[in-house]
Amino acid sequence: MLSPEDVQKVATLARLKLSEEELEQIGQQLGGILDYVAVLDEVDVSEVEPMAHVADVSNAFRADETRPSLPREKSLSNAPKTDGKYFLVPQILENA
Amino acid sequence: MEFTPIIGLEVHVQLLTKSKLFCGCPNLFNPDNPNVQTCPVCIGLPGSLPVMNQEALRLSQKTAMALNLNLANFTKWDRKQYYYPDLPKAYQISQFDLPFSYDGWVEVTLPSSGETTKVRLIRAHLEEDAGKNMHDESGRGGDSKVDLNRTGTPLLEIVSEPDIRCAEEARVFLEELRLLLRYIEVSDCNMQEGSMRCDANVNLHVHEDGEKIPTPIVEVKNLNSFRGVEAAIEYEIKRQVKAWETDRKRIGDVPKETRGWDADRGQTFAQRGKEDAADYRYFPDPDLVPVTTTDEQLEAIRATLCVFPADRRKSYVNDLGLSEYDASVIVDQGREYADYFDEVTSVCGDGKQAANWLTQDVQRELNDRKIEIAEFSISAAVLGSVLQKIVKGDITIKSGREVFAELLKQSDDGTTVSAESVDAIIADKGLGKEQDTGKIDAAIQAVIDNERNAKAVEDVRGGKQQAVGPLIGQVMRELKGADAGSVRQMIIDKLTS
Amino acid sequence: MDITGSTTGQLLDAMQDGTVSAVDVTQAYLDEISAHGETIGAFLSVNSEGSLAQAAEVDRKRSAGEALGKLAGLPVAVKDNICTKGLSTTCASRMLENFVPPYDAHVTTQLQSADAVIIGKANLDEFAMGSSTENSALKVTRNPWNTDHAPGGSSGGSAAAVGARLAPLGIGSDTGGSIRQPASFCGVVGMKPTYGRVSRYGLVAFASSLDQIGPFATDVTGTARLLESIAGYDARDSTSVDQPVPNYSATVDQPLEGLRVGVVSEFFGDGIDSDVDSSVRAAIDVYRSLGAEVSEVSLPHTKYAVATYYLIACSEASSNLARYDGVHYGRRAEQFENMIDMYAASRAEGFGPEVKRRIMLGVFALSEGYSDQYYLKALKVRRLIRNDFDTALENVDVLAGPTCPTPAFKIGELVDDPLQMYLSDICTISANLAGIPGVSVPAGFSSNALPIGLQLLAGPFEEEKLLRAARMFERETDWHTKRPTFS
Repeated sequence: MLSPEDVQKVATLARLKLSEEELEQIGQQLGGILDYVAVLDEVDVSEVEPMAHVADVSNAFRADETRPSLPREKSLSNAPKTDGKYFLVPQILENA
Repeated sequence: MEFTPIIGLEVHVQLLTKSKLFCGCPNLFNPDNPNVQTCPVCIGLPGSLPVMNQEALRLSQKTAMALNLNLANFTKWDRKQYYYPDLPKAYQISQFDLPFSYDGWVEVTLPSSGETTKVRLIRAHLEEDAGKNMHDESGRGGDSKVDLNRTGTPLLEIVSEPDIRCAEEARVFLEELRLLLRYIEVSDCNMQEGSMRCDANVNLHVHEDGEKIPTPIVEVKNLNSFRGVEAAIEYEIKRQVKAWETDRKRIGDVPKETRGWDADRGQTFAQRGKEDAADYRYFPDPDLVPVTTTDEQLEAIRATLCVFPADRRKSYVNDLGLSEYDASVIVDQGREYADYFDEVTSVCGDGKQAANWLTQDVQRELNDRKIEIAEFSISAAVLGSVLQKIVKGDITIKSGREVFAELLKQSDDGTTVSAESVDAIIADKGLGKEQDTGKIDAAIQAVIDNERNAKAVEDVRGGKQQAVGPLIGQVMRELKGADAGSVRQMIIDKLTS
Repeated sequence: MDITGSTTGQLLDAMQDGTVSAVDVTQAYLDEISAHGETIGAFLSVNSEGSLAQAAEVDRKRSAGEALGKLAGLPVAVKDNICTKGLSTTCASRMLENFVPPYDAHVTTQLQSADAVIIGKANLDEFAMGSSTENSALKVTRNPWNTDHAPGGSSGGSAAAVGARLAPLGIGSDTGGSIRQPASFCGVVGMKPTYGRVSRYGLVAFASSLDQIGPFATDVTGTARLLESIAGYDARDSTSVDQPVPNYSATVDQPLEGLRVGVVSEFFGDGIDSDVDSSVRAAIDVYRSLGAEVSEVSLPHTKYAVATYYLIACSEASSNLARYDGVHYGRRAEQFENMIDMYAASRAEGFGPEVKRRIMLGVFALSEGYSDQYYLKALKVRRLIRNDFDTALENVDVLAGPTCPTPAFKIGELVDDPLQMYLSDICTISANLAGIPGVSVPAGFSSNALPIGLQLLAGPFEEEKLLRAARMFERETDWHTKRPTFS
């Protein structure tokens, strides 16, 4: 079972601001899902290689050639906040 | 207190590809024109997918060979998750457990002691660079600005073992790395523009009562000059010595600290700890497929490599008879300089002569004119032909300098100088050594007959051979050019036989 | 002519011989959307002007004697997680409610070069996460056969649009059954191609190693025609496979001699609806009657597929959806304390509960100390599941079973029980884990008049075999000709 602290830690890593109520609800649901996926414990995979890719493809490359970039106004067109040149974000605090 | 500083470096180097690592946007330093080298892929727009730039991998493999790293035949791409506004996908495509290269070394020689050491490398891996954030400097808490021009630039991360023992060694290691990477033309390693960046991990092993006590490790981030690397590490060692004396904290007592470097104040400063302990949640990038490289492909890359600086220094000393100092001076100027030297040497057949000229006459001109060897108007072939005449005894060194000065003058006037120019100047100025023994004999006789030389002539006749010097000088002045050795012999023969 | 009651083949013939124009066809569907669109809720946006202009261009090309693409003048409902340049692409999420892509997905370009008409963007579960389209943050989509029931999901909008004859063709994406299950619920044909058959470039990623774009149509021939138009290698998708695309529609009518059908016993387990069981068994009898050799086969790791799927899909999703942080595009919260809070607040506002749940599960499954136990373990079981298919397909040509254990459930029925909702994917998700193609074809109705789907699966890149096998069944039955009545 996940403790409320565990759930909060996951929410922090996930960058999700959850209310107490949501934390409790999601915590319970996650607990249920984790209980369910424990079914995998009965599978012996000691001799099995993980399968990250299902298609048998390797060495997909492109040649080192430039292609036209987007015009700046297109690049910024979906930005929540911009000054027409940059994406703007609330001040980033780097130093103590 | 007795202690040993323990230093490891993490160096990031941007590769000289035309396009970015995973898209076709140009790979150019362009801070004045933000967000113009961007596309759906490097903005991380929903639905976009990365495709690997083959040249970036080739340059990386080339670098690994130069750094004596082992190359993997199988490598893959992983996602490293963290949030920052300059990282649009909120993960960086990098390499985690199977980097393309591992276990290498770089040899460095410390100028202060002449001692040579090997700094071992843990690995080098390829990843994408982030964009750039600019902070509001007004102090009024204005918005930060994000420029994604740099996002997705191919970046090589080179990680050393903590083998470095002093700040000077760190700087020399970094300088040697830059030289090597420039020689093999994979990066321009410009620390000011950020195409080479360095983080240093520093701690101490304190020796106390026969025990070796490691102190907490501090990572000093974003060192952007060679001097900065050296100064920051020096500062950090002193600071850590004091810290040990006050709080006696050992490694593990406190979490690893991250500090910044304030170059103006010459101090490191504590940076704010992350909100939560980093958990990068690496996993294989499902959008990119693995890469396999055969030994044959690696050999083909190896065949394109030039002679590395360290090997070049050794060969200059062992094969050409240069001093270690001269060899380093030439090699450390960069590949074009050393290539110039090699060509001069091959034309004139005398490495020492070539080294003297390059490090003195040529270097003086480069310094005066504030130019690089590539911009120098006298080509290696032309300088080589001047030196060849000196080596063969056709002209004196002094005449050679006159030819050199005239070549410079002509090219300053807009003439392209060639080997033919050299011959013409020698002929015009009559700088060729006199070969006509009759003329030489007459000149010697005239000097002997000169009243002013009566004393010297007597001294030579009396067996004082050192008195012959001034006489040779006068003969040479008269002839404008002759072989000093044979003139000397002829005077002695004349006066003592 | 009854345009909206026609198959794609009939429409192409009628446009070719001049009975109707492409504009007539598009207008007829637009009228149908105006009349019933809100009842069904299939579309998030209708491209009225744009689609008429595209249709007019097809008519112009035809009259000028210019070459026409394979889908010339056929309207297509495109799932709203596929980028369309200049047309909003929302993923049915508050996060991307105002997102207008500056580029086209590969599939969008393929549709355009086949002269298809993009008639609208279809509803889905938010970011394709769900099995009922109830997780759409923007709209409710209803099953055309019974509007109290869900259309299935996540491609519920595309399936409902084709089922309700609001478009003759639809494009969906299938990560764990998201094309086949809604096709089955809405009484249409839907296919998930082999992983790598259709480029994912421009498909907003849910789980990159499982996602695959595929076609919907009212019949198998239309499905074949749409697939051959969108499939093929694309250098912009590293996982795209460079294999020639057969002319599926040209061979689809050729029956397969000596077809061997393997009936997957695990797909008829506990919880299967009795109507589904009998309809699918009757469908298999059709193959017997056609001379096919039918045998029972086993996929022994099927019981682990749901767990394996949710761990892998959510892990990848947690990473794929990390980019929605309110910086470069998408929703930004109005109120926040600082930058980090802005991220967390924007994501909390922008994502619905199911998306949050899956991100949380994925972050947990990848986190330090747990990733070996969950994520890595799932990757290993995934290989065992793939091995099951390889073994089973050594002795049979296609595998058969139900697409879903039940007909369409009621809207709201499973919303509060995510695990039960996940378990409804039991028959479809293994194909995504194994990367193999699968198709759902209409195979009957339940006692309460809801469609039932027969699922066929085959080996990698055996879409041609799959479509021919599906067509053999379709030819013998009239389920695909049934149309829902709704008001």
